Amino acid sequence: MADPITGADIVKAAAYIGAGIAMGFGAIGPGVGEGITASKACEAIGKNPKEAGLLTRTMLVGQAVAESTGIYSLVIALLLLFVV
Amino acid sequence: MPYDIQTWVKVAAFSGGGMAMGFGAIGAAIGEGHTAACANEAISRNTKLSGDIFKAMLVGQAIAESSSIFALVIAMMLLFTKFPEHVLTVPVLFGAGLCMGLGAIGAGVGAGYPAGSCCTGMARQPAMSGRLSTNMLIGSAVCQTPAIFSLVVSFILLFTDFSKSPVSPTWAAILGAGIASGFGAIGSGLGGGLVAEASCDGISRQPETTTQVTNVMLLGQAVTQTTAIYALLVSFILMFKTFPETHLLAPPMALLSAGICMGIGAIGPAIGEGFAGKSAVAWIARNQYQVADLTRVMLVGQAVAESTGIYSLVIALILIFVV
Repeated sequence: MADPITGADIVKAAAYIGAGIAMGFGAIGPGVGEGITASKACEAIGKNPKEAGLLTRTMLVGQAVAESTGIYSLVIALLLLFVV
Repeated sequence: MPYDIQTWVKVAAFSGGGMAMGFGAIGAAIGEGHTAACANEAISRNTKLSGDIFKAMLVGQAIAESSSIFALVIAMMLLFTKFPEHVLTVPVLFGAGLCMGLGAIGAGVGAGYPAGSCCTGMARQPAMSGRLSTNMLIGSAVCQTPAIFSLVVSFILLFTDFSKSPVSPTWAAILGAGIASGFGAIGSGLGGGLVAEASCDGISRQPETTTQVTNVMLLGQAVTQTTAIYALLVSFILMFKTFPETHLLAPPMALLSAGICMGIGAIGPAIGEGFAGKSAVAWIARNQYQVADLTRVMLVGQAVAESTGIYSLVIALILIFVV
């Protein structure tokens, strides 16, 4: 059979691998960071239960910011899969 | 052709066996070392209880050891079984070794944490020794589940007949399945261990909170295991779906990438959920009237941490089914 692997095929393969690496490694940091945030929120509510509402709100805002890099990874992965 | 298939099968079997036992030895050794360190500290604090603490240390270390025994079994199988001479046997052996080796890391380290804090707790609160051992056993057993997932995937890879599948995308699917379950087990084993550690610590400090602490420990550990289950799911899809034959480079790379994406993406969320569960359990022990609030915040926090694991699952499924 003739060699069917063309330049465009290699580029596509690289985009797929890139998408996997982007989302895979990109998921580590936010996961750990948000976990630490939740851990400290639990600690704070244990010490000061009256402020549970305020602490939960602060935790969620902080986690949302930490989540942003995970969303960047998702966006880059989707761009690599469908746009580039 | 100077090298026949049999040569490559041997190369894959030996390098796979080496990776299984090499990576597989990391976790259990660290976990057992931690347990022994805690046991020494505990015995120096409460010398009269040295017999009980020594026993608890050995039981805990035996559980932590089990993950690396799985790796030993797979390594032995790879070294001494005669495998069929087929091109796809090469990725099968390589993938199975990598899967079990990486899969044993998290479970080994994770199971060492509750065993260590059980020893410390026995020295602090000898009356709770029985309950502490029970919690250690439950907690460590949950830590072993991701290693068992890896073992299952390795066995399925070794005993499935891939000889009728097309070589081209199937080799990548096999490797991807091994990578997904191997890396995917690291975080869940560690995270589950962190939660169980806090429960032994909490019971020894506040024996009256045992029930609440154990319940929340199990809940928190269950959440940390979810990403390993996603990885197992992706492995199963990659192993059991039949892919159409292709001569292009992109389709196999998409399958390999799906395995990398889900495997590595599962590490972070599980460790983060472990941290959240650890603090929730620790503070329920200190402040048992806040069980509801703390459980709610733990679950909300864990759900947010889970999100990136779900993104990884979505990208992996897109790579398998869409592109």
